[in-house]
Amino acid sequence: MRNSQHMRTPIRRVRGLGSAHSGTSAFWHQRITSVAGIPLTIGLLLIIASLLGRSHAAVVQILGSPLVAIVMMLFIANAAYHMWIGMQEIILDYVHDDKWKLLSLIANTFFVFAVSIASVYAILKISFGV
Amino acid sequence: MAEVEARTAAEAARARPLSPHLQIYKPMLTMMMSIAHRITGAALYFGMLLLAWWLVAAASGPNAYASVEWFMGSLLGQLILFGYTWALLHHMLGGVRHLIWDTLHGFEPAEREMLAVTTLVGSIALTLILWVVGYLVVGGPR
Repeated sequence: MRNSQHMRTPIRRVRGLGSAHSGTSAFWHQRITSVAGIPLTIGLLLIIASLLGRSHAAVVQILGSPLVAIVMMLFIANAAYHMWIGMQEIILDYVHDDKWKLLSLIANTFFVFAVSIASVYAILKISFGV
Repeated sequence: MAEVEARTAAEAARARPLSPHLQIYKPMLTMMMSIAHRITGAALYFGMLLLAWWLVAAASGPNAYASVEWFMGSLLGQLILFGYTWALLHHMLGGVRHLIWDTLHGFEPAEREMLAVTTLVGSIALTLILWVVGYLVVGGPR
């Protein structure tokens, strides 16, 4: 940040003060995933409704059919990104202590990866019938 | 260097005027809906654990699946699923409201109120319809 017109030094950046300059893309990605989330949520509800009260064998057969499995995986991937941004926003709003902020941001990423990869793995395993 | 640090510390210590927080405002429906949007979002975040548990159990086999079915069919499980359904629909409709606002529409006082009421009534009505249909037509959990 060498700018001869200003007295500002990079020390502020070192201390992590000020904007991260990634707010606009977080806002935009949250909107994209919310638009995608509408048909995917309706799809998820229809799939769950069609599985109500069915036996394990029937559930596995339906979940493993390509269209259902693809909609489920799209829902999970989309929700994963949407909820990662959302929880990050909540953390940044309420957690001000540097140490706890950092830890909860890391925990957010771990949680989202663990939950979504477990779900996607389960659908793939059901789909390929291994 | 030391001078810069001392000055920044003094700057940070200076008491700055703060804007008033939530407790001084009269509760309003639009404000409640904003809070509800965040709370349902956070609930759905942890609710993804249920979806993962259900899918992993289905992938693991009939025994694991049976224990998920037992829990989901219990009173507690049904309450959680009912709340999850409402949270999902409420957050979805609340999201639609935000998307309408993103187009710069719906900011007039009457419009804001109407959108808030529609979100709330719509999410409750859709949840009830889904559950009544689920129980009457499909027969609920068996």
